[in-house]
Amino acid sequence: MAEAHPVGFQWVVEAKNRGARIFHIDPRFSRTSALAHTHVPMRAGADIAFLGGVINYILTNEKDFREYVVAYTNASMIVSEDFRDTEELDGLFSGYDTETNTYVQASWAYEGMEQHDEPHADTAEPMRHESHGPPVPRDSPRDPTLQHPRCVYQILKRHYARYTPEVVERLCGVPQEKFLEVCAAWTENSGRERTTALVYSVGWTQHSVGVQYIRTGAIIQLLLGNMGRPGGGVLALRGHASIQGSTDIPTLFNLLPGYLPMPHHEKHETFEQWIDAIRHPGQKGYWSKAESYAVSLLKAYFGTAATEDNDWGFDWLPRLTGDHGTYRQALDMIDGKIRGYFLLGQNPAVGSANGRAQRLGMANLEWLVVRDLYMIESATFWKGGPEGPTGEIVPERCRTEVFFMPAASHAEKEGTFTQTQRMLQWREKAVDPPGDARSELWFFYHLGKRVRERLAGSTLPRDQAIRNLTWDYDLIGARGDEPDAADVLKEINGYDLTTGRLLSTFNEMKPDGSTSGGCWIYTGVFKDGVNQAARRKPGREQNWVAPEWGWAWPANRRTLYNRASADPDGNPWSERKRYVWWDNAAGEWTGHDVPDFEKTKPPSYRPPEDATGVAAIAGDDAFIMQGDGKGWLYAPSGLIDGPMPTHYEPAESMVRNPLYGQQSNPTRKVYDRDDNLTNPSPPEKHSEVFPYVFSTSRLTEHHTAGGMSRQLAYLSELQPEMFVEVSPELAAERGLTHLGWAHIVTARAAIEAKVLVTSRLTPLRIEGRTIHQLWLPYHWGSEGLVTGDSANDLIGITLDPNVLIQESKVGTCDIQPGRRPIGKALLAYVEGYRRRAGLFPGHHTPIVTTEDADG
Amino acid sequence: MGNSLYGPLDPAPDAGYENAPPRMGFFTDTSVCIGCKACEVACKEWNAVPDDGFDLLGQSYDNTGGLSANTWRHVAFIEQPSEPVFLGMPGSDLPGRAEDAERTDFRWLMMSNVCKHCTHAGCLDVCPTGALFRTEFGTVVVQEDICNGCGYCVAACPYGVIDRREGDGRAWKCTMCYDRIGDGLTPACAQACPTQSIQYGELDVLRLAATERVEKLRAEGVASARLYGHDEEDGVGGDGAFFLLLDEPEVYGLPPDPVVTTKDLPDMWKRAGLAALTMAGAVVVAFLGRRP
Amino acid sequence: MGVRTWIEGWPVYRQLTGTDPLGRGAAAQSERSKELTARTGTADRIAKSVCPYCAVGCGQRIFVKDEKIVQIEGDPDSPVSRGRLCPKGSASLSLVTSDRRQRRVLYRKPYGTEWESLDLETAMDMIADRVVAARDATWEEEDEKGRPLNRTLGISSLGGATLDNEENYLIKKLFTALGAIQIENQARI
Repeated sequence: MAEAHPVGFQWVVEAKNRGARIFHIDPRFSRTSALAHTHVPMRAGADIAFLGGVINYILTNEKDFREYVVAYTNASMIVSEDFRDTEELDGLFSGYDTETNTYVQASWAYEGMEQHDEPHADTAEPMRHESHGPPVPRDSPRDPTLQHPRCVYQILKRHYARYTPEVVERLCGVPQEKFLEVCAAWTENSGRERTTALVYSVGWTQHSVGVQYIRTGAIIQLLLGNMGRPGGGVLALRGHASIQGSTDIPTLFNLLPGYLPMPHHEKHETFEQWIDAIRHPGQKGYWSKAESYAVSLLKAYFGTAATEDNDWGFDWLPRLTGDHGTYRQALDMIDGKIRGYFLLGQNPAVGSANGRAQRLGMANLEWLVVRDLYMIESATFWKGGPEGPTGEIVPERCRTEVFFMPAASHAEKEGTFTQTQRMLQWREKAVDPPGDARSELWFFYHLGKRVRERLAGSTLPRDQAIRNLTWDYDLIGARGDEPDAADVLKEINGYDLTTGRLLSTFNEMKPDGSTSGGCWIYTGVFKDGVNQAARRKPGREQNWVAPEWGWAWPANRRTLYNRASADPDGNPWSERKRYVWWDNAAGEWTGHDVPDFEKTKPPSYRPPEDATGVAAIAGDDAFIMQGDGKGWLYAPSGLIDGPMPTHYEPAESMVRNPLYGQQSNPTRKVYDRDDNLTNPSPPEKHSEVFPYVFSTSRLTEHHTAGGMSRQLAYLSELQPEMFVEVSPELAAERGLTHLGWAHIVTARAAIEAKVLVTSRLTPLRIEGRTIHQLWLPYHWGSEGLVTGDSANDLIGITLDPNVLIQESKVGTCDIQPGRRPIGKALLAYVEGYRRRAGLFPGHHTPIVTTEDADG
Repeated sequence: MGNSLYGPLDPAPDAGYENAPPRMGFFTDTSVCIGCKACEVACKEWNAVPDDGFDLLGQSYDNTGGLSANTWRHVAFIEQPSEPVFLGMPGSDLPGRAEDAERTDFRWLMMSNVCKHCTHAGCLDVCPTGALFRTEFGTVVVQEDICNGCGYCVAACPYGVIDRREGDGRAWKCTMCYDRIGDGLTPACAQACPTQSIQYGELDVLRLAATERVEKLRAEGVASARLYGHDEEDGVGGDGAFFLLLDEPEVYGLPPDPVVTTKDLPDMWKRAGLAALTMAGAVVVAFLGRRP
Repeated sequence: MGVRTWIEGWPVYRQLTGTDPLGRGAAAQSERSKELTARTGTADRIAKSVCPYCAVGCGQRIFVKDEKIVQIEGDPDSPVSRGRLCPKGSASLSLVTSDRRQRRVLYRKPYGTEWESLDLETAMDMIADRVVAARDATWEEEDEKGRPLNRTLGISSLGGATLDNEENYLIKKLFTALGAIQIENQARI
């Protein structure tokens, strides 16, 4: 956190000065560790083993916050008797289909609800539940005593029973006493009077079990009563100015604004199927109003052309058929399936996994549009990339037509960023952009205008969506051609179309076409016709929640699920931790934050038998977006790879999974092809060819792929060269010298770096042997004031099946002293490693490795 | 005891400022420094200081090497085991690392160094052109419009702070953002510092805060916490920019017992003063004679 | 400037006649030093902004003089950042004013060995032509069972995490209406 989010870290320092204990769990001693009370070095890729050990500690010692757990989590729910755990099936849950490497999840359901499950046979379509609540029945059999052998609490207890301190030590390399120190501190600092925050940086998502890492953290925080309460939570430190916003209003293939799913050709053939798949008729919660949100979006897109008769233009929307993620696209580019590519402030030649595949893909397009502030590697791959010297990409044979379009900076346009805590902040424009530089707003508005002109006379069905698109925005600025960002934000906020009034809350949205709104969760950003995101009441002039600075979705709530900060009766759990509570005299919820609950629904409210949707949320159902109103310790559906996190080794590991025959996530997304080989792991042979673990991350002094930092002298001088950090022990083993050259090799590439020998990296004892880890920053490439090889070239493409994010925070490699070969010799050198590792053409990495599995 | 060149003193009134504002200073608390180097960058952006070259020095995460004409704030990084073993001599090995020491919890010290704005500033005392001067805030500033690059100040600084810029020749160093503080603003480095490791304010207030801080840290078991440059009785009469350190000053590359290089100047003055004044008078006459 | 003023301004004169006999303070202060003020104080206007690097969302104040940005620093009013910035945020002034920034459209034709210059309007027309052509050539009307697909897999886009919400909104809206579904950003990486 101190490394990549230094200004956010001021709050950790402040907490520390007020007595908080800070633990930093990280393979490498970083600037965050320097300020922590305790740094716990561990093996990269073993996080579920570590956190599972914490869950085991909590449950074995009954350290859970029992009242909270019974009231607000699904601990008491009874699970189907068909369910079988990984503990019984050697690392697989019940329902695994070896043909498709996916689960049929019916047996994971709550008891009696097995039929509610849908088949999950298609890994090519793993994304549905990222977009909205997974289906569960609103009421299920429960045992509030938590004694039923098939209740979630007991299942969880059995599942993690083997994650003992001894196992944590063996798997993670963390001494038992150090592990127990973390457990004791975490549990002692949680409960009625105290809360503990869990903060992760989004490298956590970059694992083949990334979603399950975060799930494990969430389970601990639910068990300890740290969710929805001040000082608690699971806090993601996201890495880009508006990466939260670009998820909410997505530039993502599987989503429409507000986490509505992009329609799927088979599952959402009709409007009704699409809506019902979101709202799950009969279920509790706010997704029950999905039709209002969806119709309002279509009204914002298509205006008066969207009518009830044409299902609000639903049939104009394009359909998904499976995986259309960025890595699938890169490989499709190599295969010549994609003609044109837009890069909008993004530099995949350096910033995406398997850089070579990225560049080979870009070299096989018809055209590429790069929009950026500075010249980046993704615009110069045709003449300046690593494939030049190897002869793989040379200008005379590279067909890609490249447009470099200079972009406006944050100071040269107005608009909102959504920061990591869901807060929108409006930026004022300082000056006009220089020369040809333009905002994306300008670029896409004018591109859209031109395309619409070209298709204006078309009667083809395919052109009706673009022809009917609402595309009129106020134009402002000195040139008179800049779309007014406030006008766009108003469209996002939404209108009452009968009066022209801006909506103040998504509760005003209607399914009858009388309202519009481009992103329902952002409705309210123009509450009362005022740009709430532009509010700048100084922090020191308001309460510590600072609700009058910017605007947070939804409804300006700063902490989600904050109903849980009060007990089931609506009283604060304690005076110290008072946040949101029920005011009996006033008959409403009140507090420091906007209550995340219906304002006047009393804690005592119990829904009638036949209630659904919002009315079915009981007065003590704190988790109002969940189909059962509860925080999930166990996910009866919605995740591709299992209802509970379980330890799998990374896709590349030299350690045989000590817990199960199943080595790695059996549902991970693999692209098994010769340009994306995976280093062998046990039980495959030859893992010794790549004997070290490596991880990558950011330096404080640089930003992502370097386009905004390696071009600046004041940042470049602070970290001027690509380097690799190794422990003194590894340096001795491989003959590496401080500030000397070394090169690092995987099945994908060999890159070179200067060596920093440092005790900030430490060898670990894992399963009785020494494991060395090395660490690389990933900021370098061939453009800029300071240049160097790119760490992402080392990384292969293996994805988490739930969200299709690559495993780039852990892999295996070799490191050798000296510089790497150049030219064709480099290709031959890497090929030599592949041969020694048995990675011949057509090699397939085994997915299922349980004892029962073949081979 | 003190005089204008040695011992405790409020330097601004001593330098002729009537009704001088309170002496302003920096308190750099290294116990909360995260080594982010925002101070280095913020300083350069505000003062348009040139970059210091793109060289990987490998002194842990320090690649600017030290204070210089082109680096007015500098963050030092020291990697060491938790029981510090100071080797004394810089070598090829990493600083603070002991051979064969048992691997223990690690300590990574970071410190943002800066010009000390000494009460008795050797650089100022030796400056023959009046380029270096004491401001009304008690700080020491090089005036770029006057400096002729003679370099006397470079040798006179007991901390090795002030430096001549290559190609320019003039001496440069931290001004404590003289232009900003004159407008009531905070210097750029302190304004940027994410964790308030760099605090700017009235020196008296900072000294009190620092004393409290060091006591708090010691009460929490950080026995190695100590102040550096806060003592008016030290060899430079106390620093306008002082520090809370977690180890011996040498570990951070600071002299343990700095002494103003002009401590003995008064004796010299007695002999040289008359001659100097005589010459100055002659110069006035010469200038006047040339004016129409 | 009269002679008398000129003499009074001369350091040695001030030293000999003033309160600073050693000539190290008030007497040594140059005219330039005396007139120094913070350039933030003379700015024509201040834009309230947000740092463009990570997602902490630190407040920035952008100072503009004569239509040029002269300083970017932390906004002390922000309850997120309280006026502080990291080294990257502190380098924002360089980020937006550096000579290394690209200010003109560049074009590399197929099999070309160098960049060429291109007029912005021409570039926009060429890109629009290519979007329309790629879409036509790769359009998928329906799947093998006759269910609608309404899409093209011939166009990809990557980026958005450093852009504004309003920009992402227009990008997704336009591409969706064109049937281009392969729209991604850093959140998938």
